[in-house]
Parts: sequence; structure tokens; C-alpha cells
Amino acid sequence: MLNWFGALLASICLLLGHPAQAQERFITVASTTSTQDSGLFDHLLPLFTQKTGIQVRVVAQGTGQALDTARRGDADVVFVHAKSQEEKFVEEGYGLKRFAVMYNDFVLIGPASDPAKINGVKDIATALQTIASKGSAFVSRGDRSGTHAAELALWKAVGIDPAKTQGGSPNWYREIGQGMGAALNTAMAMEAYVLSDRATWLSFKNKGTLQISVEGDARLFNQYGVMLVNPAKHPHVKAKDGQAFVDWLVSTEGQAAIGQYKIDGKQLFFANAAQQGA
Amino acid sequence: MPDNLPPDAALAVTDLSFAIDGIRLIHPMGFKVRRGRRLVVLGPNGAGKSLLLRLCHGLLRPDTGQIHRNDHHPAGRRAHAMVFQTPVMLRRSVFDNVTHALAAIGVPVAQLKSRAVEALNRFGLIGLADRPARWLSGGEQQRLAIARAWALRPELLFLDEPSAALDPSATRSIEAMLGDLHAEGVTLMMSTHDLSQARRLADDVLFLASGSLVEAGEAQRFFNDPQTAQARAFIAGDLVW
Amino acid sequence: MDDASPFMAALTLILRLDPAFLSIVGLSLRVTLTAVCLAALIGLPLGALLAVSRFRGRSVVIVAINALMGLPPVVVGLTFFLLLSRSGPLGSFGLLFTPSAMIIAQASLVLPIVIALTRQTVEDLWANYREYLLSIGMGPKQAIMTLLWDARFSLATALLAGFGRATAEVGAVLIVGGNIAGVTRMMTTAIALETSKGDLALALGLGIILVGITLLVNALAFGMSRIGVRHAG
Repeated sequence: MLNWFGALLASICLLLGHPAQAQERFITVASTTSTQDSGLFDHLLPLFTQKTGIQVRVVAQGTGQALDTARRGDADVVFVHAKSQEEKFVEEGYGLKRFAVMYNDFVLIGPASDPAKINGVKDIATALQTIASKGSAFVSRGDRSGTHAAELALWKAVGIDPAKTQGGSPNWYREIGQGMGAALNTAMAMEAYVLSDRATWLSFKNKGTLQISVEGDARLFNQYGVMLVNPAKHPHVKAKDGQAFVDWLVSTEGQAAIGQYKIDGKQLFFANAAQQGA
Repeated sequence: MPDNLPPDAALAVTDLSFAIDGIRLIHPMGFKVRRGRRLVVLGPNGAGKSLLLRLCHGLLRPDTGQIHRNDHHPAGRRAHAMVFQTPVMLRRSVFDNVTHALAAIGVPVAQLKSRAVEALNRFGLIGLADRPARWLSGGEQQRLAIARAWALRPELLFLDEPSAALDPSATRSIEAMLGDLHAEGVTLMMSTHDLSQARRLADDVLFLASGSLVEAGEAQRFFNDPQTAQARAFIAGDLVW
Repeated sequence: MDDASPFMAALTLILRLDPAFLSIVGLSLRVTLTAVCLAALIGLPLGALLAVSRFRGRSVVIVAINALMGLPPVVVGLTFFLLLSRSGPLGSFGLLFTPSAMIIAQASLVLPIVIALTRQTVEDLWANYREYLLSIGMGPKQAIMTLLWDARFSLATALLAGFGRATAEVGAVLIVGGNIAGVTRMMTTAIALETSKGDLALALGLGIILVGITLLVNALAFGMSRIGVRHAG
């Protein structure tokens, strides 16, 4: 009787464990939360799959984590936004050639009450200095993402080390170690300032009293790059299909598709594969 | 038939003793259980009756001495079986309780049903066959335990105070069943602290007190002419320790 | 946020039978049920064996398994991430970011629960059955089968506890599954994602459905055990 019961259990296991679909042609892309949370991939990937028959599986992480995933060989393609980290990745031999794909920009988000009185300031450096000197609450991603890297670079440029001032009273600089959406949720709840990429900000649905405080400064420029993981490092990398995805992103067709993605009539990403030095 | 087991005996014990954590619970003793007889192990609570039965059945390992017993279990039979004071009822139907025991001793699947039906019919339980065994009354449970043991066709059946937890009418019914088993030729070794039950059932008596064998012999002689002061006191209804 | 909107979102999801939503629910059930099945196949016999055997260090093993019941899912996720990664010892199987990886991680989370609760249940029953089963000449293997079968309705509760832990957890499956849309996105990881996107209504809607499924499974199991009591006593 128990043998029968065990056999039943085993067959359920086999049945459930069996993959739903037969072998699919797919590649794994390690990318950032901003490209996924903004809905860009929902717009782009069906177009690519329709054309090539290649499914794209996106693992959305912070830029640093995405690059690590690729370093371990757990992705075929990386699509991130932190140029210096990307160049290091290629230099180390983990990635083949880096291609610039598109840009958007960062915006400084803050509560409508504007405790630091920086609304309308055009210069991001002045805005950050004001926040630090007034000790207004500021939420940092703190997760080695592209946005986090960009934020740290901005602090460095104005000569402030927020990590050093932390622990003093009031404790205004808050590292949460989470994704963009979580950072926005936190800023909303704490009436804090936060640096966000514009795409995630536009598609974010829980804005509450948050609004854009500072935008348009050239230093808030946010470039995305894509590269194939080096098959010489990780032989199982699907080089052909992965390169097809990279090539499509920078092709006329892919670039046009990026430009067509809009939320509420606003364009989120600006294709610039052809631009020198991007 | 194993060596050293006299032809007229179903069980022979020599120099048997048993201890737990250095405390002697059964002092060295020897006796035999005569084939086809009803041996009643008699004595007050704590005399070691249950221990002795478990040692004889093989549930416990003795520290010294030997138990000669037929351990050859022919196909579909068990040479000796045991009925406990509190019947162990599996969480299954009455019927499945019997087939489980039969399957355990290797009765072929094809015969399970007929032999279970036979046992339940034999002891008037067939009407309860589909009832969960744990839902039976105490008397019915002990009846099932005996039917289940009988289904194994043992030549020797151990019964540990089989009616101690039962009311008088259930006790009578159990005693009647034991009478039937005796009539079929099954050797019985049964413990009880109930003197009148011993008088009704015993062919032979082992009288135990404080883990020692005090007196052994035919029931008639034991009750009419006890040889020891302890036995006399017990029969007279005085407290024995 | 309108208070009624999460419920509306949940209702809309269910009524529209949105294929993406159905695939998330389907994957959740498939992964979790498979994991519980696997854990049952391994954990039931192991727990029963632990219940009936006596060996040196047994209590250490029991304490260890009881402690493992509270194993943080994130730790399990990280461990299997490192094992299954292409750079890890089991990397050549290419299991990271697949449903199989999530099944393995969840089964590992459920296994200690199944073993510990099985051990407890079977040990109680063994105390009752031991002498009788020895009396009819049963060996350990037969005895374990008898005990597992007779305890089956109590053991269903153990499996249910495992199922509850598996459906509720997000840490392990997020790390080893990667929350890939249509491939490894489950109810809990989808809830985490929708929360991070600020779509709290949708997140809460999914949460309501998750709670509903859990309730349904528990109700089924409760009904089953009632029937069990009627049949087995």
C-alpha cells in the first residue's frame, strides 16, 4: 500500500518537474532594474523575439551585481549603465566589445515640501551641497548599481563624503541597499531626496508627494552600454544568439524601437549608438 | 523442533534472569509450558509477570539463561504470537488490522482476504470489518487483538492480562474465546493478577512474587494445597510482596 | 492610493484570466508542489527512520534538524546560487535562473520541516506500535512503512506546513530564479517586483490571490484529514 503511495508521489514529482515547454532558444541577459522597471524590455523584447525567434530572459539587478553575474558566467549578455565599470569589465577580459546603446538622464527627486529649498536650482552640485549642509534626508541606493555609482561620483565632485558625515546628528544620509523602486518608495515614506533615473521615475506608480527637484544638468547624463560575455572565459555562453541581440540593439531598427518607447507621451530613453565616445 | 525442547513442551526456560540498569527484575528461574495446556502466570502487581511473558515471546533479551521455543515459522504461520493488556490497534479498519498482520508474516496477497474473513467470522467481528479499529469498545478491541493473533495460526499464544482493563461481561467473552482456543489445541501462556480468573482458566500455574518464581505446578494442586506461605497468603486474599 | 484598488486589481487579474498572470500562478504552484513532493519523498522515510532508530548522537541530529526548520531562505538561496552558478561546482548543469533551481532551493527549505515533523509524529505512533510490530516479526523497513501509512493524515499536516513555508518565501527563489518574466517569476517575486515599481495595488492584488490559494490548499487538507479520521480512527 505504501509502495503504491510512494510511486504516486514519485510520478507527481516527475509530472510537475517536467519542463512546461520543450527546449527553447533563449539567451540570458543580466540587466538593471531601471530597464526592467521602466517597462522598456516589455516593449523591446517581443520585437526582437518576433524577428529572430530568440527568447530573452532578463535578470534585473543593480549594475554592479549584473556585471558580477556575468563575470560568474551566469549570463550571456550584460546591459547596464556605468561606463567606467563596463570598461573595466571588458579590460578584465570578461566582456567582448562594449557598445553604447542609449541614454536617459538622472533627476533629483524630492518631496513637494522641499525642506532644503532647492527647487528650481539648475546646478546639481549646489543642490547637493545645500542638502548636505542643511542635513535634509537623502536616500541612497547603496547597492553598487549604476545609479548608486553616478550618485557617489556627484558627491565626490562637490567634495562631500556622505559616508563620513553619516552617524552625526541628524543622520540625514540613508543607504538602503536596494533597487530604484525601493529607494523611491523609501524616499516617499521619509520625505527624503533621492537620485533616480528618469525612466524609472516616470514609470513609478507610487509617487505620492514626490516631484522632480533638479533636472537638466549635463552631469546628470546616464549612458547605457551592452556587451557580450566573453565566450573565451565561459565557453557555454551563447555567443551567436547573444551577439545577435547586441547587434539588434545598436541596429537602425533597434535604435528606432528604443526611441519609440513612451510613457504618458514622454520619451524615456534616447538611442545614441552612433554617437562617438558615448 | 529445536534442540533441548522436550517433546511435551511448547516452551522450556532454564536459569532465566533479567535486569534493567543493574536492578534484577527477574531472578533466575526455570520452568516449561506443556503443549496444549493453559499456563497461568499468577502473582500480585509488580511480580514480573509481564516481563516474563515478553522475555518468553522474545520482545526482551534475557541477561542469563535460555528460552527454548519453536522459532520456526512455517509459511503463512507464526509459531508464537502475543496479545497485550492494552490492545495495540493500528489506525486502520478492523479488516485491515488483520490483513496487515497476515501480510507481515508473509501470507500471499491472494489469501489475505479469505484468511482475514475467516478470523473475523470465527470471533464474531465480521459485522465490524469496515469500522476503524480505534472506534471499537475496549472489549471489541481485545477481541480483535485475539482474532488477529489467531489468524497467524500460532501453536503458542502469550496473553498479558488480556482482560485487566475490561468490564465483567467483556471479560467473560474473552475467557470464552480462550476456552475455544484451548479446545483447538493452542497452547496458552497467560498472566493475570485475578485469582478467580486463574481458577477458571488455569491448567498449570506459575506463581511469581517480586520477580522470583515461588511456586509452579498443576492448578488443582496449587489452589488446594499451596506449598509456600506466600502462595497461601495470596490465595487467601492477603497482600503479598 | 484608493483603498478598494488592491481588491479591484486582484479581481481584475482573476476575471480577465490574463495569460502572464496565469503563468505566474501556474509556475508558483508547479515549483512549490514539486518541491514539497521531492521533500516528501526524501523526508518522510528519513524522518520515520530517525524516529525508530537509536544511535549515538541521535539527539544532536534531532536538534540540528529542528534548528534547520528556521533556516533563513536567503541563506539557502545564496548557497544554491553559489553551487549552481556557472562558476560553482554544479555550474555545468546550467540550472541557475531556471525553475529547477527554484525547486531545489525550496525543497531544501521544506525538507527539514518534513523530517522534523515526521520524526515527531512517527515517534509517538512508534511508542504505541513498537511491541506489536516486533511481535509479528516486522523488520525496520516494514515497520517504517506501517508507521508512515498509519500516520498519513497527520503527515499531510507536515507536508502542508512545508507547502506554507515554500509558498510564502521569496528570498531563495529570487536569488536562484532571477525573477525572469515568464520563466522564473512566481507570485512572491512578482509581488516584490511590483512593490519596487511602486505598483502597490497590483502587488497587494497578487498578495490577496496568494493568501487565497494558501487558504484553499489548507481547507482541502483539513477536509482530507477529517475524512481520514473517519476512515482510520
